[in-house]
Amino acid sequence: MNKKFGIKDVVAIGIGTALFIVLTNVQAPLGFIPNTSLQSRVAVLTFFSAIFGPIVGGVIGLVGHALGDALFYGSIWWSWVFPEAVFAIAVGIFAAKYKVKEGGFGKKEIILFNIVQVIGNVLAWLLVAPVLDILIYAEPAGKVFAQGVGATLGNVLVAGILGTLLMAAYSKVGAKSGSLSKED
Amino acid sequence: MTPIIEFKNYTFKYRSQTEPTLRDIDLSIYPGEKVLIVGPSGSGKSTLAHCINGMVPFSFPGEHTGSLSVNGLDPAKTGIFGMSKTVGTVLQDTDGQFIGLTVAEDVAFALENDCVPQEKMFSLVQEVAQTVDIGKLLDHAPTELSGGQKQRVSMAGVLVDDVDILLFDEPLANLDPATGKRAIDLIDRIHREQKKTVVIIEHRLEDVLYRDVDRIVVIGDGRVVADRTPDELLCSDVLEREGIREPLYVTALKHAGCRVQAGDHPAHIETMRLEPYAGKVREWYQKVSPPPAREEKDTALEVLDLDFSYISGNPVLSNIDFKIHKGEMLAIVGKNGAGKSTLSNLICGFINPDRGKILLNDEDIASKSIKERGEVIGLVMQNPNQMISKPMIFDEVALGLVVRGVPEEEVKERVYETLKICGLYPFRNWPVSALSFGQKKRVTIASILVMNPQVLILDEPTAGQDYRHYTEIMEFLKELNEKYGITILMITHDMHLMLEYTDRAIVIADGQLVADDTPASVLTDERIAKKAYLKKTSLYDLAVRCGIPDASGFAERFIHYERQVRSHGGQTADL
Amino acid sequence: MAGRLLTYEEKDTWIHRLSGVTKLAFFLLWSFTGMLTYDTRVLLVMLALSLVIFYMSKTEWKQVGMVFKFILLFLCLNLVAVYIFSPQQGTLIYGTSTVLVNLPGRYDLTVEQLFYEFNIMLKYLTVTPVVLMFIVTTNPSEFAASLNRIGISYNVGYAVAIALRYVPDVQSDFTKIKHAQEARGIEMSGKASVWERLKKMSMIIFPLIFSSMDRIDVVSNAMELRGFGKHKKRTWYKGRKLTKTDYMTLAFAAVFMIASLWITFADGNRFYNPFSR
Repeated sequence: MNKKFGIKDVVAIGIGTALFIVLTNVQAPLGFIPNTSLQSRVAVLTFFSAIFGPIVGGVIGLVGHALGDALFYGSIWWSWVFPEAVFAIAVGIFAAKYKVKEGGFGKKEIILFNIVQVIGNVLAWLLVAPVLDILIYAEPAGKVFAQGVGATLGNVLVAGILGTLLMAAYSKVGAKSGSLSKED
Repeated sequence: MTPIIEFKNYTFKYRSQTEPTLRDIDLSIYPGEKVLIVGPSGSGKSTLAHCINGMVPFSFPGEHTGSLSVNGLDPAKTGIFGMSKTVGTVLQDTDGQFIGLTVAEDVAFALENDCVPQEKMFSLVQEVAQTVDIGKLLDHAPTELSGGQKQRVSMAGVLVDDVDILLFDEPLANLDPATGKRAIDLIDRIHREQKKTVVIIEHRLEDVLYRDVDRIVVIGDGRVVADRTPDELLCSDVLEREGIREPLYVTALKHAGCRVQAGDHPAHIETMRLEPYAGKVREWYQKVSPPPAREEKDTALEVLDLDFSYISGNPVLSNIDFKIHKGEMLAIVGKNGAGKSTLSNLICGFINPDRGKILLNDEDIASKSIKERGEVIGLVMQNPNQMISKPMIFDEVALGLVVRGVPEEEVKERVYETLKICGLYPFRNWPVSALSFGQKKRVTIASILVMNPQVLILDEPTAGQDYRHYTEIMEFLKELNEKYGITILMITHDMHLMLEYTDRAIVIADGQLVADDTPASVLTDERIAKKAYLKKTSLYDLAVRCGIPDASGFAERFIHYERQVRSHGGQTADL
Repeated sequence: MAGRLLTYEEKDTWIHRLSGVTKLAFFLLWSFTGMLTYDTRVLLVMLALSLVIFYMSKTEWKQVGMVFKFILLFLCLNLVAVYIFSPQQGTLIYGTSTVLVNLPGRYDLTVEQLFYEFNIMLKYLTVTPVVLMFIVTTNPSEFAASLNRIGISYNVGYAVAIALRYVPDVQSDFTKIKHAQEARGIEMSGKASVWERLKKMSMIIFPLIFSSMDRIDVVSNAMELRGFGKHKKRTWYKGRKLTKTDYMTLAFAAVFMIASLWITFADGNRFYNPFSR
């Protein structure tokens, strides 16, 4: 992770953002809380942040959310754009510790990742987003915190389940096949 | 003259591997030469290319011994950026290499990175766009271009740098036959007009030989196995030994018992001296038996007068009408964008026709959902990585059954049975990521087969595969077809595949069905070949030039003979 | 994929001819002004101006109609939600309570609440036409160059260009993968538990993400082979020099922002209060 910002990071931002944008409206309602949903793009953001680190993740969150909203919905809700980057940076800071690329994403790493992603989500959606909503749009606190709870819950689920599974699967790609043997 | 590329006793080992990938390479390429490098996958031919442009050792680290000099430079010291001024690389994946948002920007990419002022870029881009004939496309986005056009953009993108060496990494892999022919023509023209040194890495030998090359270098298992002129090489048995497909007419000549001589210039069938061989070829044609007539079986799938358009008034498919019989192995061919994929999308129910019907076992399937159709008609995508969604092989193959609520015991039984059929049983507890590309393809086929479909649709089943893997995949499909009676429909533009493995070809061009006939007659019919961007097979030329009037019959007999040879696993077949 | 993306359409108006830098800067200044102010007078002027700009850009209804309907729907839902959660927010802000309709509990409908929610609506609507206009009139090629011009590193600028370049490719991959998985029996719709929904989602996005990882390798190799990142700077084929109209537009945006904020905060409060007199 000490390497300077390389071509691969540039391309990862580009392709990651493209994925994030395309998946903008691929979501499933959470069901029991209205107006919240399981957003598949959160899985992309989590995965890219955990593999490529905070800069790549942060830019994908920022640009992806702004462009995705603009291209699909014709508006940009800045108060929800910045938290996306906050979450990505939080997850990305510990990227090296998850050891996904080296094939070492084990139990200890899974626990660490999930602690980080929960804290990141709470920070982003239960703190930054509602506060920005109040500051920018002077919206009532009760409403924005209720929305914050929904978003946090949905995103914790997606990041925790899909994120963990994605990282575990990708970690296996890096693992050697030398330990495998054919069975009859 | 000093060589422009010179490998001297060069050995290279990737850091992640224990054995060297290239061993004791001694190879000299001189300025202005045009050299073709052939070899099966894994032979090291791509590594050789990567050594020339500096990707080795900078992007793919490892150690080398011996020396390499490219235009006086050592790539291992000069770096990728430095080498890019001398060597222009055109990659196989035209979508991956097309980076700009429009054609003009993509051509200018290297110039932008070199901080060339805008006005100068305009004139340079204009100039090189004329050279490769994309002048009218400068404002187009990549989605609006065909594969062939994208490739010409890639060529323009390296030509703007005024490089001395052009390196083509499998330029034909993603092109239909007619477009591939044009690409080879263009490479030849650039080679002659701009006096560049050209190195082509490719395993589709016959297609590259459409235009002259000076030398062919055969790489096998990391070593230079042969370094000869095309005429000499075609007379030897090196190609066969290394698992590279020789031109069909050469194989036919050998079947006829001819010993081809280099002096007769076998590199081009159009100009080869055939007098010494024509008699033997005619004799062979009389002797071998024509294929037995096929018996008509029940209809499995019938498409009745189908129309489809995304935007009304702009039909993608119109009046498509054909039948597929039970147990048939059949090809749907046509150039990219002709409507082949649309047809398979219609059959699978992803989109609905504007008019017409699709019948499965004489029953209209219009009311059936995608999922219901999926149980009888299985679709296998071109890229296995786009289908595999589970990390473990067992789970991946079981997926279709599990989502349909099949009991666990039965799932296990059926998955194991399918894995045995597909030769994957020993790997059942492996992660998918440990498999090769071809094995992954088998996993995707297994994941469809497990549902016991009656019809299997495969999109480009052998795209990008070398001869050995191609044979492996196709023999496997043939076995499924013969042993288990599964009807197989392949969407392809691979002419060899059509000829060698299918009984019938449905040809689609510009949304119309233009032919429904045996592959041999389709590929010997100039009119159809032209319409569908196919290429006439060289067997046609051989037949005509040897004075056999029924060229299609000749091709048919040749294929029939070949199939017998293959099933006997030997060199000769019963006549 | 459901829904259609907004896309650039080539036309010849002075707005289309403006440099991407100008439009981006204008758009950012405009959104930030809209974010900071809650002054009804300023918001009304902004709405009027953005509609004029929108009209001048010759944007047609069919380009943005779908999206616009969505925005209205979202806006209505949001206004209702604000009322449900906080029916007296207007009184809290403006300090008075003029009851219009008596409703049970705390849900008395006040003029202040209506006025407050009218302001929220204005805030959204002032920005929307400018976003729509920015997207349909800015050539994506020029957008990357613009980002670089306003001081953002060309690495990020080019990353955005790559994103825009590969959106159509990723979209078509997505559709293909979704179809193939549907044929295997995975349906995204229908009633299912959260766990089931996540599982089905994973079956489409896993192959999409993993095949994209291969693409990252190919694209970065291709870029490296053609010298990306060689120098600290790079030039842009589609970059555009600023003209007089650009400078005038920028000057206008800056002056407008300062004036708006001055008017807004002159009385020490971002709200315009018609009830205090």
